[in-house]
Amino acid sequence: MNPSSLVPFPPLIYLFAGIFIPLVTLRWRRLAGWLALTATTAAAFFSVINLLQVLKQGIIPYRFGGWIPPIGIEYILDPLSGFVITVINLIALGVIVHAHQSVKAEIKESRWPPYYALVMLFLTGANGIIMTGDFFNLYVFLEIGSLSLYGLIAVGEKKSPVAAFRYLVMGTVGGGFYLLGVGFLYLVTGSLNMGDVRNILPHLQVTAPLVVALTLMLIGLGIKMAVFPLHGWLPDAYTYAPSPTSAIMAPIGTKIGAYAIARIFFFIFGIRLITQIVPIAQVLAWLSAVGIIYGSVLAMAQNEIKRMLAYSSVAQVGYIGLGLGLANSFGFIGALLHIMNHGLMKACLFLVAGNFRLKLGHSRIDRLDDSLRRSMPWSAAAFTLAALAMIGVPPTVGFFSKWYLALGTIASRNWLFLAIILLSSLLNAVYFFRVIERMYFPWRGSSQKRTLSSPAPKNESQEVSLGLLLPTLIFALALIVVGFLNVWLVKTILTKALPAGF
Amino acid sequence: MIKFLLGHYAYWFILALLVIGLYGLIIKRNLVKKVIGLSIFQVAIILFFIASSTKWGATVPVLTDHQEVIQSAAYINPLPHTLMLTAIVVGVATSGVAFALIILIYRRYRTLNENELLERLKEDEPE
Repeated sequence: MNPSSLVPFPPLIYLFAGIFIPLVTLRWRRLAGWLALTATTAAAFFSVINLLQVLKQGIIPYRFGGWIPPIGIEYILDPLSGFVITVINLIALGVIVHAHQSVKAEIKESRWPPYYALVMLFLTGANGIIMTGDFFNLYVFLEIGSLSLYGLIAVGEKKSPVAAFRYLVMGTVGGGFYLLGVGFLYLVTGSLNMGDVRNILPHLQVTAPLVVALTLMLIGLGIKMAVFPLHGWLPDAYTYAPSPTSAIMAPIGTKIGAYAIARIFFFIFGIRLITQIVPIAQVLAWLSAVGIIYGSVLAMAQNEIKRMLAYSSVAQVGYIGLGLGLANSFGFIGALLHIMNHGLMKACLFLVAGNFRLKLGHSRIDRLDDSLRRSMPWSAAAFTLAALAMIGVPPTVGFFSKWYLALGTIASRNWLFLAIILLSSLLNAVYFFRVIERMYFPWRGSSQKRTLSSPAPKNESQEVSLGLLLPTLIFALALIVVGFLNVWLVKTILTKALPAGF
Repeated sequence: MIKFLLGHYAYWFILALLVIGLYGLIIKRNLVKKVIGLSIFQVAIILFFIASSTKWGATVPVLTDHQEVIQSAAYINPLPHTLMLTAIVVGVATSGVAFALIILIYRRYRTLNENELLERLKEDEPE
């Protein structure tokens, strides 16, 4: 089979799954989860094959309907899109396995088919944004993904529709700004194909419409990525969404915006335009730097694990933005690594938060105590490992992305950014050790009373079932394995994924 | 200056619509009015694309058999129109989801006013 014909498979599989799940489940409702699992497995399989193919033979374009690029829509498979799509589909696979049981616990049975169908449509949007080589197509996928996400959030606890509505308002304005930017870009260049625009831009003078287009696109995608002043929708949405939704949107949702920014600004507009002529990269780096500190500080103040993780996401997205904004090869590699690493870490952490909610009925930090280490030893261990990775302890993945980011700041001689990266590791340690301390060490007030009055805390294991535990542990294991593999990853994939001009 | 203002009157109109939409979105307290603002905002973007494709004295871009040479100046650019068909669909879907969420919010909190909603959200805070 012609290798290029496999290129559009991952988004198409999700799209068809999104259509078929509601149809098939009219009769067999319990099939919904299995169908979603099959589709995700297939999509992950094809993305791995695509990635191997692209590493072997370079960029593979796919033309829909055989139309030649500036007229037809084109999908581009290059090392960057191949890498990100593989990472996202593998993470989605783990989360869907976990969701198989957490959906049963948190969502009414009558809502399973639409729920899984929306998950599939969300993944369609995510995969489409990664693969597409067309500005308007990207907008359409952005809205497909976001619209399904609003629905996925709104099935959560009581406050979730309010969080979803707030996200809808901000997300739609973001999409609108992006579309307006595309309009200005079309006025200037007369093309919507990314490769075409890249070839036309160097011949143009930098005029006001082009600057407006760049700015509007940065604002629009920045809202989707949750860069610091535009992150307002994120904490509520992550907190009040049902556990499977938080687990799938935290590792994937914001990364898509980051990918779109990397693709459009670094590959299409080019380094010179966004660093020297219009200081887009610098603005992104500074906003992200503020976001890192702001998110970490607010995460320390939270008393609910999911909300803490949400603010921590604002900070971690800041690392990605900072790495991109540095606009050098170390920073870019660091940002790409962090897209993967943060995806793995946040997936693991949100799965553990989901496990806590299933077994304890809450995920509030002040109500955790050291009985957890006996009753849920594996979940607690996975949380600790992921927390260490977030802090950046060496053999775990978190260390390596921060290492490259730090090298990037040194390469651009920006010592303030270096200080911010180091300081934020410290802040990460502070807010994660609050939880770890609660889980592993006897807490004064409560535990003394307990040792006096009641003989011993419950020793029997209350660990969650294997279907929930396995994906959690696989993510936790991946944090170490991928950490050891990072040299190989950077050498074989990421150095090929750098944009021209570094 | 006046020529510039008059020559771009369509764009001033669109700018006004954009601002009105954002105003409704940010200032209005009623959730339904926020959705109205959102729709106005989206319509402004749609009109922007349509306006950008217009040419004086041009006609609809339909090819007839007896015309051989295609003079692009004689036809309106059809691409933005087709793009906006998709954007309209996205806008309709967004309004639909927004109204569904508003119905859910009203069922749970018995209000659509943002201030009252925030108060009732606070009452729900545990402890």
